[in-house]
Amino acid sequence: MAITLKEVEHVALLARLYLSEEEKQAYTQQLNSILEYMQKLNELDTAAVEPTAHVLPLKNVLRDDEVRPGLPREKALAGAPEAQDGQFKVPRVV
Amino acid sequence: MELYYLTAHELGDLLQRKEVSAREVAESFLERLETVDVKVRAYLTVTPEKALEQAARVDAARARGENLSPLAGVPMALKDNLCTEGVRTTCASKMLAEWVPPYSAFVVRRLEAEGAVMLGKLNMDEFAMGSSNENSRFYPVHNPWDLERVPGGSSGGATAAVAAGEACYALGSDTGGSIRQPASFCGVVGMKPTYGRVSRFGLVAFASSLDQIGPITRDVTDCALVLQAIAGHDPYDSTSANLPVPDYRAVLTGEIRGLKIGIPKEYFPEGMEGEVARIVKRAIGRLSDLGAICEEVSLPHTEYALPAYYLVAPAEASSNLARYDGVGFGLRVEGNDIIDMYMRTRSEGFGAEVKRRIMLGTYALSSGYYDAYYLKALKVRTLIRRDFEQAFKRFDVLATPTSPTVAFRLGEKAGDPLAMYLSDLFTIPVNMAGLPAISIPCGFSQGLPVGLQLIGKPFDEETLLRVAYAFEQNTDYHRRRPELGV
Repeated sequence: MAITLKEVEHVALLARLYLSEEEKQAYTQQLNSILEYMQKLNELDTAAVEPTAHVLPLKNVLRDDEVRPGLPREKALAGAPEAQDGQFKVPRVV
Repeated sequence: MELYYLTAHELGDLLQRKEVSAREVAESFLERLETVDVKVRAYLTVTPEKALEQAARVDAARARGENLSPLAGVPMALKDNLCTEGVRTTCASKMLAEWVPPYSAFVVRRLEAEGAVMLGKLNMDEFAMGSSNENSRFYPVHNPWDLERVPGGSSGGATAAVAAGEACYALGSDTGGSIRQPASFCGVVGMKPTYGRVSRFGLVAFASSLDQIGPITRDVTDCALVLQAIAGHDPYDSTSANLPVPDYRAVLTGEIRGLKIGIPKEYFPEGMEGEVARIVKRAIGRLSDLGAICEEVSLPHTEYALPAYYLVAPAEASSNLARYDGVGFGLRVEGNDIIDMYMRTRSEGFGAEVKRRIMLGTYALSSGYYDAYYLKALKVRTLIRRDFEQAFKRFDVLATPTSPTVAFRLGEKAGDPLAMYLSDLFTIPVNMAGLPAISIPCGFSQGLPVGLQLIGKPFDEETLLRVAYAFEQNTDYHRRRPELGV
């Protein structure tokens, strides 16, 4: 299952990354050698094996639904590249 | 020995007996830092005013006769992916180069409550992705034992600082070996606690099912002290375990007679550096001399851990790092429209390795490849866990090398990502299974430190500390300090 230059371009778009021609070439080659190494996993028959997404036997950690103080708005906005009227400001979308 | 080369418990004793003040201790470390960090480059941000202010507070509290923690007045530093309110937290990335967090991590608050003195924030591989520290977007760190060599990674700034006398101890994070491998390369003690033992609240996320914060110290007693301070449940991290925290210092008895230690044969593969294998085997021989029962064991899926990890970790990273979009915090590069802004911001903000892992993770999760790569890796993760479960039916602890090699040269593996990934061969399975493990100094190969890794059962950090302490009491590797030519 080799990854093509076209697929690298598609994945870069999904990941919201611009890649230079040089980077596209390098990533195609490097991802291929890494993915080739991953083929090793196919030596194992895992049809009857349950996946492990998480190691702890924890499920749905909930707390009472009550109002508690959170991060104050000014603090939450303090690190924003642009803010206005107590809100994050982004380039025009529509 | 100079103050800056003492352990935390030694400094704690001197401080408690009022033989030195916290101010004198902080000044000793700050002067040392100024002298050697031009060579080591372990720090990204130094906070002398904060350190001296915290030290003054400890001295005042002691003068009032208050009962203080053994860590009160002991200078430490933090890997720069741990959020510190009011102090920039960069993850060694351009993306966060100017970012000042609005709150502090749980572990930082805990140490502050103990009267810790913070010297600054430590260099690392960008977003903790790397095994050599060469992926820092600021500058690489140099190994204090040989400045031409890497300190390991990703917590390489942290282990180098502790080894070079630039911090008494540090906190790092470990996703695939990022505390243990650099601890091994720099000749210090590094522990990755069980997944869930320490709250991750305020740790900048890399791979959330694998990340864990842990201590980097000069000896095992300090490791126990620091773990004691940071372990425990935190409602702000729903994956932190709600279990009692034992008294870790109480297990430092030196007694390991009858303890069963498994030696996984897969951790001594052909092609491994012969000298490293020999030194680690000699260290295991020392544990048998002390009365432990050491026997070989097999963890048959070991060789699959690395390829599975490099699917799981990048997949989680590609999702976690989606938040860096130039809106909420961090870098923004203006563009023609919002998508252009996202893409310019991310392309400029992230370095080559971070992009590579985002690409790999995005690919592994993308439609058509999810089952073949990501799901497959999660199933293999189950097999790796079962290997350990089987082994721990017979053994109390497992002993292995921490890394297949000693510290390599700067630039040696920088152009070959796969060769770099192999440096974490022995540390990655532990993260996949969520287990605790510690690396301790166990010898030197041509003047470079070698680490012994001990792996324990879930939430049994006590046995790790007990074995590590027994070894340390009968050796002196932890007392050696690099020369650094100053």
